[in-house]
Amino acid sequence: MNAPLITVKDLTMGWGDLILLEDVSFEIQRGEIFAILGASGCGKSTLLRYLTGLDEPMAGSIRIEGVGAPTLEVGRPAFGVMFQSGALFGSMTVGENLALPLNEWARLPPAAVSAIVRAKLRLVGLQDSEHQQPSELSGGMKKRAAIARAMTLEPDLIFLDEPSSGLDPVSAVELDELILTLNADLGLTVVLVTHELPSIFKIATRCVLLDRPTRSILAWGDPRLLRDESDLSEVHHFFNRTSPEHTGPGRERKDV
Amino acid sequence: MTASRPAEARPAFQIEFIDPVEGLAEVRVEGALTFADGGALWDRLRSKLPMAAKAGVRFDLSGLESIDGGAMALLVQAKWDLETSGTYCEFTGSTGAVAKLLALYDGDARAAPRTPRLHVGVLGHVGDSTLAAVRGTQVFLAFVGSMVLASGGVLRRPRTGNWRGLVPLVTRTGADAVPIVGLILFLIGFVMGFQSAVQLKEFGASIYVADLVALSMTRELGPLMTAIIVCGRSGAAFAAELGAMRVSEEIDALRTMGIGPLRFLVFPRVLALFLVLPVLTLLGDFVGILGGLLVGVVSLQLTITGYLNETLRALDLWDISQGLLKASVFGLAIGLISCSQGLAATGGAEGVGRRTTSSVVISLFALIVIDAAFTLGFYELGL
Repeated sequence: MNAPLITVKDLTMGWGDLILLEDVSFEIQRGEIFAILGASGCGKSTLLRYLTGLDEPMAGSIRIEGVGAPTLEVGRPAFGVMFQSGALFGSMTVGENLALPLNEWARLPPAAVSAIVRAKLRLVGLQDSEHQQPSELSGGMKKRAAIARAMTLEPDLIFLDEPSSGLDPVSAVELDELILTLNADLGLTVVLVTHELPSIFKIATRCVLLDRPTRSILAWGDPRLLRDESDLSEVHHFFNRTSPEHTGPGRERKDV
Repeated sequence: MTASRPAEARPAFQIEFIDPVEGLAEVRVEGALTFADGGALWDRLRSKLPMAAKAGVRFDLSGLESIDGGAMALLVQAKWDLETSGTYCEFTGSTGAVAKLLALYDGDARAAPRTPRLHVGVLGHVGDSTLAAVRGTQVFLAFVGSMVLASGGVLRRPRTGNWRGLVPLVTRTGADAVPIVGLILFLIGFVMGFQSAVQLKEFGASIYVADLVALSMTRELGPLMTAIIVCGRSGAAFAAELGAMRVSEEIDALRTMGIGPLRFLVFPRVLALFLVLPVLTLLGDFVGILGGLLVGVVSLQLTITGYLNETLRALDLWDISQGLLKASVFGLAIGLISCSQGLAATGGAEGVGRRTTSSVVISLFALIVIDAAFTLGFYELGL
């Protein structure tokens, strides 16, 4: 097996006196679509912030092959990040949003920057939105524009924070297909945080399921295998959308 | 058009308290109960239940035709309050939708323990505020330090500066502020001229209105009032803008592109105010003197030439340049304070609002302190 692209070792997550997860270790291989899963508040987004270097873990280490510990302080970024809300700059057009990292990191004439921006927008199906303001885009379009912006510096690795949350089913499926295409055709490694089960089963090659009560990783591996074969009831509940407390459409009244 | 509420409408429910039988007092609730009747229900439960508390209480809901969630929450809370004080309590006779709602609102469960709110006394508040102020100062000093490093980086390698962002910022903070600065400083010169004219006329020294207005405008009021206007206009705008960017993850997005927010966002803003404030102050000085001139010509019958000659005689270059020097420092202070406050925003719209308010309050305080320090310094140096 090749050396992993990302190695997470003995990570402790939290802030102040609050510890979310302890001794978290896993590896992400090059070319994977890797999903970070778990209930709300279990630390998925915090983990993503550590992986992207936005925050530092309380303890433990993260290594990205060829980069070392993720940092945002030195040089051209080695990966792209799409934030949950898109985080496009509201004072710029969509095209200017994409041109920003290019102008920062590549000495290209304006016409060349513009050509690259248009190509990236075509890639995500937003060729007609170059001169629109982000406020004029729908939720799905914003996310696609944010993916395009995250890809302008040609990274090998991209992090996506809840790409399909808040989208209608058709837009969510389109976004999943876009991610699959980018992964298959460009060899992009994708690490994503998500809640959407259909999306996980469709695109994720492997996943890690975080668990708040035990402060640890509950399960990892191929999500389809975990769904069908896991013996752990919590894993079964998560992947089959059932609740240990809810056995039917309404809660049965307990006998008094 | 608004629907008017029927005055003194009779509640559609009845509540009956029956004295203890077999050790249990009975509370019979009948009719249709909604949260709109909650006040009456709550008052009656509160006034009658404590008397029954010794014996234990049975709520008979068999006559209840309908109930909504809010009213059910009140009934359940009344039961829990009794249980907490050690009284046995139960619901009986609920059927159909009422029974479902009772189960949904945990009517058959025991009182959930409530986490008591931590009480903080006056001393605690004083301590917390002091710690917050110390922490705030530490954060601000660290911010200024990082800003010095970022500015040094830009000056060493000018290509890395966000010069493209500077021009619109200068327009926004400078050119767009000309009308308001002009109007306010003109009126201040006018009012000062008028107030002093009344006094100086008594001594036949009307011409000295020109000296008074010119010196106080250039040395003190021009820079300070212009800075206060810019603080309210641009300082607040910077704090709100950066605060909104921070809470919508735009600052994080910028960092993940390898673009430092201090270099890209803060540096051009601080530089814009540093450059623009002296220019606006110069304009303010000029229109302030014009305000005084209007008083001199209209009210004191001075000639325009006479007034201007007296103004030029009273002023020397240092009077104007010390005002401009102050204005530059005011610009730096407003820029640094408002940007640091904006970048520290957390928690959504409310956090942005709080930081915007803080940025204006802290900036105004800083302006007065800096002004006092300059005045004292110049006085000690004999300038």
